Amino acid sequence: MTFQGVAQRIGLDVPVAVAFGCIIVLLLGGSLYSREFLSPDYLLQQLQVGAFLGIIASGAMMVILLGHIDLSIPWTVTLGAMMATALSGWIGPVGIWLAIPFGLLCGTFIGVLNGIGVAYLRLPSMIFTLGMNAVVQGLMVLHTGGFAPQDHATDAMHFLAVKRSIFGIPNALFVWMFVGIIVILLLRRTAFGRSVYAIGNRESVAYLSGINTNAVLIGCFAFCGACAAFAGVLLAGYSTKAYQAMGDAYLLPAIAAVVLGGTNILGGRGNYLGTIAGVILITLLQSILSVMQMPEAGRQVIYGSVIIAMLLLYGRGAKTRT
Amino acid sequence: MSDWRYYISHNLGTLTAVGLFILMFSIYIGNHEVGLNPAVATTAANKAVLLALVAMAQTLPVLTRGLDLSVGMIFVMGNCLASAIVVGSIGEGMLGCIVVLAMGFAAGLINGAIVVWGRLQPIITTLATGAIYYGIALWIRPTPGGDVQTDIADFMTGQLFETVPTALVVLLLVVLLIWIPYRSTVLGRAAYAIGSNEQAAYMSGVPVKQAKLLSYALGGMLASLGGLMLTFNTYSGEASAAIGGTYTLNSIAAVVIGGTSLFGGWGSAIGSVFGAFVLRTIEDLLFVFDLPPLWQPLFQGVVLLVAISLGAVRVFRIRNRLELFT
Amino acid sequence: MADRIPLLELKNVSKRYGGIAALTGVDFSAYAGEIHAVLGENGAGKSTLIKIAAGVTDATEGEVLVEGKPRHFRSPTDAMQAGVVCVFQELSLLPDMTVADNLSMVAPPTRGGLIDTKAQRTRAMELLKRVGCEDVHPLELVKNLPLSRRQMVEIAKALAKRPKLLILDEATSALTAKDVERIYLIIRELRDQGAGILYVSHRMHEIEALCDIATVFRNGRKIETFRKNERNVHQIIQMMIGREVTHHYPPKPPFQADRAPALTVANLSWGRELSNVSFTAGKGEIVGLGGLDGQGQRELLLAMFGVLRGVEGTVTIDGQPLSLSGPKQAMNAKLPMALIPEDRKVEGLMLPMSVRDNLTLASLPQMRSGLGIDGRKEADAVKAMIERLQIKAPNADDPVATLSGGNQQKVVLAKWLMTEPGIILLNDPTRGIDVGTKQEIYRLLRNLAAEGRTIIFYSTDYAELIGCCDKVLILYDGRITRELKGDACTEHNLISSALNVETVSGEAA
Repeated sequence: MTFQGVAQRIGLDVPVAVAFGCIIVLLLGGSLYSREFLSPDYLLQQLQVGAFLGIIASGAMMVILLGHIDLSIPWTVTLGAMMATALSGWIGPVGIWLAIPFGLLCGTFIGVLNGIGVAYLRLPSMIFTLGMNAVVQGLMVLHTGGFAPQDHATDAMHFLAVKRSIFGIPNALFVWMFVGIIVILLLRRTAFGRSVYAIGNRESVAYLSGINTNAVLIGCFAFCGACAAFAGVLLAGYSTKAYQAMGDAYLLPAIAAVVLGGTNILGGRGNYLGTIAGVILITLLQSILSVMQMPEAGRQVIYGSVIIAMLLLYGRGAKTRT
Repeated sequence: MSDWRYYISHNLGTLTAVGLFILMFSIYIGNHEVGLNPAVATTAANKAVLLALVAMAQTLPVLTRGLDLSVGMIFVMGNCLASAIVVGSIGEGMLGCIVVLAMGFAAGLINGAIVVWGRLQPIITTLATGAIYYGIALWIRPTPGGDVQTDIADFMTGQLFETVPTALVVLLLVVLLIWIPYRSTVLGRAAYAIGSNEQAAYMSGVPVKQAKLLSYALGGMLASLGGLMLTFNTYSGEASAAIGGTYTLNSIAAVVIGGTSLFGGWGSAIGSVFGAFVLRTIEDLLFVFDLPPLWQPLFQGVVLLVAISLGAVRVFRIRNRLELFT
Repeated sequence: MADRIPLLELKNVSKRYGGIAALTGVDFSAYAGEIHAVLGENGAGKSTLIKIAAGVTDATEGEVLVEGKPRHFRSPTDAMQAGVVCVFQELSLLPDMTVADNLSMVAPPTRGGLIDTKAQRTRAMELLKRVGCEDVHPLELVKNLPLSRRQMVEIAKALAKRPKLLILDEATSALTAKDVERIYLIIRELRDQGAGILYVSHRMHEIEALCDIATVFRNGRKIETFRKNERNVHQIIQMMIGREVTHHYPPKPPFQADRAPALTVANLSWGRELSNVSFTAGKGEIVGLGGLDGQGQRELLLAMFGVLRGVEGTVTIDGQPLSLSGPKQAMNAKLPMALIPEDRKVEGLMLPMSVRDNLTLASLPQMRSGLGIDGRKEADAVKAMIERLQIKAPNADDPVATLSGGNQQKVVLAKWLMTEPGIILLNDPTRGIDVGTKQEIYRLLRNLAAEGRTIIFYSTDYAELIGCCDKVLILYDGRITRELKGDACTEHNLISSALNVETVSGEAA
């Protein structure tokens, strides 16, 4: 098999290669600033932080591959964290065991609602999920204001998010790997995955080919909701408690990571290797900017500019003329 | 005359929004302890005009079947910039105002340029430029504060002839001097044409690129005008991502309530103004009816989602399922 | 006449889309004061020629001259400014805007820099009157107009630009006879005032009635330009289809009236488009759907496949009623159905995706092992199908977009053959593909029928229906008006029934 063949098989196309190239440049550039940047400890630390983003981006990617977008991610993250931490306060000690599944379930539920809005009501996903975000926000404000029995993370959440059980590798990284493997298997090995790409390319073709496109849409949105909530659960474990607006900082990075990894924002094209590259790239970029003590203002500007610049390199649409 | 039938059906969305607003505002005033007086009207207007301006800003790209997720951030940037440069004498303050508007125009122009020449999707473009504009806002004003030229601010947030809220007059002037001329120029009408069917517009010789650029740029300017008005209200600037996000979200909701199609080609900025008024009046209603403050965000969210879902009516009229996917 | 400067001249113009040539080395001239017919089959290069002339696309090679001056149109606007105005087949009207807006889209009357709506409206009324559409209100939205009125508005819009060269691309396809007469009148008037007209149409009698000169295209090349009455209809058709006219259909078995029914349709109705359609198709039978374009044939296929909402009537497959609720149900019927859709780019294929992904999309349930897809089984099935249909694809992982039109259409067919269908619905499957592939498809259809599958075949090409079908149902205005069996499928019968007349006088084209 030729090199090209191998590259194609593992999903290494131009955008992915560019993204990995940028990661190496960032690391080398960083190492000029401080040798710390190449130490295993620093890298593992980055991967641990990146894992949260990686999980969110996994879900976001499924939705983006469909040609849709989920803007309810921020408050779904918060929802996952708040519901998981609150459960033991509501139902007593059993809640400690059910905390994580419950958080995931809540996120999935929001995802299903999003999916129904997009699939059956045929509303633009961007608008519907934006509205859903506002509703969940309203619910969470109400929750923290009046009904939250407690907001502390359980030991299991702490364990998954912070501890390093095997060879000093962060558990969060294993969690991301687990989610990542699910996504890869789904996309590459199942009829569901094929349907996702097919819908992203042309939903009418998928429909005429006998695919239940509405079910696939709802499935992907549900998965995205579950991922966002799961990340919320872990974030609560990481910072020991759930708090308002904790997911706000993750929407743009998650979408950016997916798109920088070569997934077409209009759907139908992209692979998970790219999303991994995108997540690492974004995480490193954030880390380097903060190590360099770049103020938040500069970070935001660089951040937005990098995304635009990279997309201009390979994410452009077709011309009107042929 | 039968022409009326057409005028009404072409403006049905706007008229519905106007009607809804009048109904809700009457209920509000009816339940208000003092009723309608210049002070009450001015307070209501000062708040409502901010969202109305941002909603108008959002309308322009939406008409071309685009979207501007950075309007809220341009609004915040305008606010921060104004709190830094609209100071000193009245003359210097006025100059500062012009700079703020120019900066908004430039920000919108950048959005438009990336969409037109960079051929990137409006959503992702404006999501990213939104981060940049927020960064600039933070750079100008790392912590909340600043000041504003008091004479201008007091004038703009006060009343004309001690009766009419100045903010409303400003809004009216924007409609009369910017929106109405805009929509009866070739470029303004081209925006509708592009939203209606970009390929057909191109085939008909419509100046697609110029029209898109202008719609984003004017949108940026209107958003920064909103930011300027915010500064006159608060006498300070604050680079808050939350404020930006809320205004972006509400601007889209106002556009939808105002009868503008999110698929482009249909609607009016005047509708969006009343859409914004409706949203603001909901808040005020919650206040007069003593809904616990904790419930307000949820209630608003639900109203938003319901308003958005009204767009689904189209689905039930479709007879050929293949049309669902277009 | 040779020393007149042509209004439009193309010198050695070629156009390629990707690797596929749409036009090859074309020299073409159109003169002022002449109505010039452009003839050719689908895919012959007519629309590419028009697009180049109207500035919609660029020529890959060659020169375009307008009134003797070399021009390079970068957009339709450029072409319009040079006086070349096109009425496109796919309408270029803006559906959400008023008729008056549409008629003055580019250079509206202005007052003080702003559009003068009153003047615009007066202008619209004048233009509408000129094309005989006084019944259209200038403030009506275009999307609320019926198709025939929209086409008239489109023509009025072109007239408003005062064209030196007016191009009409199948502009009369949806018009009533009265409107067509009106258009003829306008076109002749324009010619007499010194404008040039390019007229693209499939209707031979229209060309006879209207045109002064004609050019025939085939496979992207110009075949011949000749003046009216220099060639007869037969010769023109010869030029359009090339030499092999008769021999490319596989032999038909004799008509069998007593086939076991596979598909029974009873009283199928859908809005105004279909009314009380009933017919039976036997196992191993190829049933053609004929008639003029747009008489409900497409809707009938879509309705049987479950795509349309609110269909009344019943479809019975091998004795079992079929739920008309979606493609999935149709595919799981007792005899699985397959639909080869009309527009392969929008309904048939995912162009950026690989040949393999496209081929197996409809048959993924058959490839399942456990939770996932059996990669080996899939690869084998794909390989077998590529060989069976001789799809010319260098690699099954290549995007389908890189294949030629004919091979793309084979991929669509192959995709559905992989589902092992018992009933195959074909919606104009040979449109815009080369003759060689067409013949392969005809043979394939006959072989599939011989295996006992039922085929419902809609085609806009009468010769195809005659050559392939055991019987042909003629649709007119959403009803089946006639059923032609076996030897009754002749061109004469087909055309006379399509026009819904019992006998046609004179020569049938």
